Amino acid sequence: MIRFLLDGREVEAQPGETIWQVAQRLGTDIPHLCHTPQHGYRADGNCRACMVEIEGERVLAPSCKRAATDGMVVRTASERAKRARELVFELLLTDQPPRDQAHDADSGFWRWAERIGVTESRFPACETVPAPDRSHPAMAVNLDACIQCNLCVRACREVQGNDVIGMAFRGHHAEIVFDFADPMGDSTCVACGECVQACPTGALLPSTLVDERNVGVPKAATAVDSLCPFCGVGCQLTFHVKDDRIQYVTGRDGPANRGRLCVKGRFGFDYVQHPHRLTKPLIRKDGVPKRGDDIVDPANPFTHFREAGWEEALELAAAGLRRIRDGHGPSALAGFGSAKGSNEEAYLFQKLVRLGFGTNNVDHCTRLCHASSVAALMEGIGSAAVSAPFAAAMDAEVIVVIGANPTINHPVAATFIKNAVRQKGAKLIVMDPRGQAGLARYATHQLRFKPGTDVALLNAMLHVIIAEGLSNPAYIQRFVDGFPDLEEAVQRSTPEAMAPLCGIAPDVIREVARLYATSKASIIFWGMGVSQHVHGTDNARCLIALSLITGQVGRPGTGLHPLRGQNNVQGASDAGLIPMVLPDYQPVEDAAKRQAFEAVWGASYAGGGLDPKRGLTVVEIMNAILAGEIRGMYIMGENPAMSDPDAAHAREALASLEHLVVQDIFLTETAFHADVILPASALPEKTGSFTNTDRRVQLARAALPLPGGARQDWELVQAIAQRMGLGWRYTHPREVYAEMASVMPSLAGISWERLEREGAATYPQGREVIFGDGFPTATGRGRIVPAAVTPPAELPDDDYPFVLSTGRLLEHWHTGAMTRRATQLDALEPEAIAMLHPRDMARLGLQPGDRIRVSTRRGAIEPKLRADRDVAEGMVFIPFAFAEAAANLLTNPQLDPFGKIPEFKFCAARVEKAEPAGAAD
Amino acid sequence: MNQSVPSGSPATGRFGRKGRVQPRGRQADEADHAALREILVPDAARRDLLIEYLHRIQDARGHLPARLLVALAEAMCLPLAEVYETATFYAHFDFVDDDEVPPQGVTVRVCDSLSCAMAGADALAEQLGQLDDVRVLRAPCMGQCDRAPCVAYGRNVVAPASAAALAEIHRRREVQPVLPRYRTFERYRAEGGYGTLERLRDGRLTGDAVIAGLDAAGLRGMGGAGFPTARKWRSLLQQPKPRLLAVNADEGEPGTFKDRHFLESDPHGFLEGMLIAAQVIEAEAAYIYLRDEYPAAHAILTAELQALETAGLLQGLHVELRRGAGAYICGEESAMLESIEGRRGLPRHKPPFPSEAGLFGRPTLINNVETLYWAARIAEKGSAWWLGHGRNGAKGLRSYSVSGRVREPGVKIAPAGITARELIEEYCGGMADGHRFAAYLPGGASGGILPASMADIPLDFGQLEKHGCFIGSAAVIVLSDRDDVRQAALNLMRFFRHESCGQCTPCRLGTEKAAALMAEQTWDEPLLRDLAQVMRDASICGLGQAAPNPLLSVLERFR
Repeated sequence: MIRFLLDGREVEAQPGETIWQVAQRLGTDIPHLCHTPQHGYRADGNCRACMVEIEGERVLAPSCKRAATDGMVVRTASERAKRARELVFELLLTDQPPRDQAHDADSGFWRWAERIGVTESRFPACETVPAPDRSHPAMAVNLDACIQCNLCVRACREVQGNDVIGMAFRGHHAEIVFDFADPMGDSTCVACGECVQACPTGALLPSTLVDERNVGVPKAATAVDSLCPFCGVGCQLTFHVKDDRIQYVTGRDGPANRGRLCVKGRFGFDYVQHPHRLTKPLIRKDGVPKRGDDIVDPANPFTHFREAGWEEALELAAAGLRRIRDGHGPSALAGFGSAKGSNEEAYLFQKLVRLGFGTNNVDHCTRLCHASSVAALMEGIGSAAVSAPFAAAMDAEVIVVIGANPTINHPVAATFIKNAVRQKGAKLIVMDPRGQAGLARYATHQLRFKPGTDVALLNAMLHVIIAEGLSNPAYIQRFVDGFPDLEEAVQRSTPEAMAPLCGIAPDVIREVARLYATSKASIIFWGMGVSQHVHGTDNARCLIALSLITGQVGRPGTGLHPLRGQNNVQGASDAGLIPMVLPDYQPVEDAAKRQAFEAVWGASYAGGGLDPKRGLTVVEIMNAILAGEIRGMYIMGENPAMSDPDAAHAREALASLEHLVVQDIFLTETAFHADVILPASALPEKTGSFTNTDRRVQLARAALPLPGGARQDWELVQAIAQRMGLGWRYTHPREVYAEMASVMPSLAGISWERLEREGAATYPQGREVIFGDGFPTATGRGRIVPAAVTPPAELPDDDYPFVLSTGRLLEHWHTGAMTRRATQLDALEPEAIAMLHPRDMARLGLQPGDRIRVSTRRGAIEPKLRADRDVAEGMVFIPFAFAEAAANLLTNPQLDPFGKIPEFKFCAARVEKAEPAGAAD
Repeated sequence: MNQSVPSGSPATGRFGRKGRVQPRGRQADEADHAALREILVPDAARRDLLIEYLHRIQDARGHLPARLLVALAEAMCLPLAEVYETATFYAHFDFVDDDEVPPQGVTVRVCDSLSCAMAGADALAEQLGQLDDVRVLRAPCMGQCDRAPCVAYGRNVVAPASAAALAEIHRRREVQPVLPRYRTFERYRAEGGYGTLERLRDGRLTGDAVIAGLDAAGLRGMGGAGFPTARKWRSLLQQPKPRLLAVNADEGEPGTFKDRHFLESDPHGFLEGMLIAAQVIEAEAAYIYLRDEYPAAHAILTAELQALETAGLLQGLHVELRRGAGAYICGEESAMLESIEGRRGLPRHKPPFPSEAGLFGRPTLINNVETLYWAARIAEKGSAWWLGHGRNGAKGLRSYSVSGRVREPGVKIAPAGITARELIEEYCGGMADGHRFAAYLPGGASGGILPASMADIPLDFGQLEKHGCFIGSAAVIVLSDRDDVRQAALNLMRFFRHESCGQCTPCRLGTEKAAALMAEQTWDEPLLRDLAQVMRDASICGLGQAAPNPLLSVLERFR
């Protein structure tokens, strides 16, 4: 403990604590501009607004930067220090736009200037004034207000690791630049908006906060703490609401995001008031037939639908479901819930299907994301939860990212990986057939293996670890079964034997295997590139084997982390929104487990118990529809018409349903085929709990009223349930949560009130890293299941020589229903694109920007061509967010035999220049 | 088949943006990479070589084409912004964007610092502007103040320069440096050079003894700060290995040219000092950071380091010679470290001190060229020899860089503690014809200005501070009755404005506002005093803290 004199008072400081921090802690505010106490920001001490006097020192010291030392005598308010600070403000104020014309009259700069009484400058103003830069759809750049404090540089480079902003030139010419002084909108900026959040002057602002003359507009007075609806990272944020609209968004210091957001979470919210928003129930018009290839204009649904009152719509919706249930039996019904809704919504939905429909035919998009990972994890270690949060990367020596593109799909999680490399010296190994611009600067190794050869590569690594004696026998002895089988299975998978298959040189395989096995702490992150294959479960088995034979799990900085896609895919799965298990993964076949739920839930509509048979999964349900086995569906917040593989087939299935109820916020491609459409709630309108990829339960709070006649999703599920014969009487999500917590041991100790108070709670028992003392299996031991090399289901041939892979773009979430209606996100990525390597383009005689035709055995689309060296030669990559060129019309519905996940990442395709417009179709 | 975009879709959005046809931001194509490879193949693991690579591109192309820098950034796995901010920080780099016209003709830099200005550099610059196929730029002090005015014609530094001489050089396009005669390795060796180093290496002389000798001699750093050399070396020995040595050969203080004098006349006198220091502190590597204004010295050091290597005298010590790129601030030791690491030259905050965490975060000894030169002499001749020199109570020798209105300007190796008047009279042959001694700058641009009436103060550490001045690098610029002190002070403030790194507010804006206020007919004295105070009190480094010295001198002593 350090003792020193602060303004005459003896105070204590922790080692390393700065004078500014001590003063702040003890209630003395020292002005500051270039310093922010926000997590992850290094003090830089450049603005000199926080100068204090230290006895015995020739010059003043920046309190933000100077650590307290024993016996130091500090005066924060000496005349000399105050004079210096005032002069600093006066100098800075000289070149500011006047406050009544300010971009942000309420900025940190103006508030401090006012507080210390500096409102005018005696100095001559600088002659040159930087011009405004409004090239970016989401941010306004007005460097005339810039004070060169470089907070934005630290935000961009040190916090988010996006490395776009620099401080160029020198002296009084020093200037914030994007890349090579490019307009922000033309730069490599990924629009995370960290800089606008950090800027203390309004030089960088969300564009919604200035008018067309760049003068600040009145700021929202209402702030509602909530959550981001997009990915599984679970960023906490604050909605700033003005006139029932979200004016801007700031990141909160949540345990997952530490104040950070990405472009979607910061700028992607005006979809909630898009004109396409459904505000009244719609009923299919009499005599309008259903066709799989039918298209409805979301701006004018009245070609197919008519508006209806709630009573009529709900009754029609439920009556259709009842008719099928009672006429054809419960197994003729199915329901898709959504990983975008809250835990309470997911819980109620599966409960409705199980009790009110009487079947386990309930699933959601987890099937399309990590079903294979879940299958492998359940089989191997008895739990599909992540063993450590993504921030555990900060404790790792070696970080493996395989089949995941976190800077695109989990941008905020990626920031911690990047921080770990830059700040902690961690080694980053990226394994992905596609190059990754976002991690390229950070990766010590980039293994761009041949698509679909994951098992070959991983088995070779396992071989090296075993052959070189780098496994962890003590750990294996204590915690692992099946090691001899693995030894046997990978014996012939030498790097030399596998290299021709996977395309990675034997030496590189060896080096990477050694790094992973021998580091003090290695962690593996994976995503859809691992899971979305017919051998997805095998891929995940190999990763589990890697961690088990080396003991790289259960300690800080180690672990297995399948990066969850949707914001609540963890919570929806926990809540039982899957066909094989009840909440908390209790098998439906287990009579005792069923009875436990029956005891709480009461009887089904028929007065009986729960269905003891596993239900069908997403793609199986589509097939069952076409087979005539399933006749009616209730779909809440899912869009299988866009997200399912071989989407034409899926659309055919949806159109052939006798009765389809779709509950959503927009008229999705799935809703085209509905009989009844129920307008529901968007995340900023709802209160509920959500569980992120880290097993963190967090609370979202409603910030906006529902538009028009739209209703809360949970209320609609209840309304249907009541009409299906269930006597539900919930009045608030907290009652639903309380019931969930009573039947889900995982939620022990996490009450609604605690969530309201703390905002986040991690299960089990607040433990961030789990499996330190074995696994939740019957034996407490993990089990290795060796995997054999299996080729993808559809290999390229002469007719279809390319490999088609699908995925996301940074700006567009999932099927694009929300983000393509978010003005700024859509402005950033407005057109359906496909990406090819420039060398393939040259071979095919294609130019960037050409409209191309990509076809597979299932269909063809015509996106615009983007040149991208990150795409492997011989591969075409297409994001699946664009309705006008839906990638899933092309994908292969072949399933992984264990996880029942389709092979989105690999099928054979043909690429050619499209016929001139008009000649197509 | 493509589904039509729904009407009213945001895809027809109000921004009217089209989808990108390539990844975000600038991309180099294969032709750019091929063009870069013709110049260099960068080592992605050596981020610290960025400035060296930029030099090679600038040397090859005469400027830095944007497309090549994109390729360089990609090849080095560096963000575009990091390359750009480094490229635009240094005056000797010309970044040229795709749509800009590269600089045409030979680049001719005319010194605009005080001594050269006094010698008619402005008129000269105007005359040179008449030449065809040249680009005339003004540049800060090039360390030729004793031969003012100075012009750099490409890498050929011409001093004293005249329009006629330059016209002839231009006709022959003589852009390469002309090397002066200097004591070569063979001669230095023949005269007993490197004997001390050998004694140290074979154990006849111990490192402790060398340090003790420096301690007894009281040698202090000659770069300007005057830190006791022995204490610095000793503090390194407390630090864990690996340790590094960085030599500050970036003398840029206007009026200073003594390091150039040693480098261009007796390079091994300095290099032996460097090797002794490296040996004593057991350094793993030594980096010499040489200002880019000294191309002749660069050529000499390159050749002589090769000679040392050939002669086996480096004994495994890794020595790198680095070029500055036109930034006075890089003479500040921590800014120099940043520059060696390939970044903008921003001074670091202290603590930590370089002896604890310096170059690449390692314990680093930083010494000036002249300091190392004298350290070798003291190690060879003993502290008594050193203590046998001195005057007016001071001990030892100093190399005074004398310029301005004296008859014989130049580097004057004189007893420490000599006064300005003695220096002018005894070493410089008195004042130049027609000039009466009126004022002098005892320590370059930063050390303040004193009137001739105060020319009897010993020019040594600790003597001038009570008068608001300091000796610094001992650059004595002599002004006469024909010079305007206020004009001189404005020249110096403009220099600081040009050379401020821009990191901290008091210096970045202080120098800019001060230069503007000082250009006014009437000075706003209270405002200038306020400004001077905040610059002194609150600037991060010595540049900003000392920048108001000439201004305050004028306010105090030249009413």
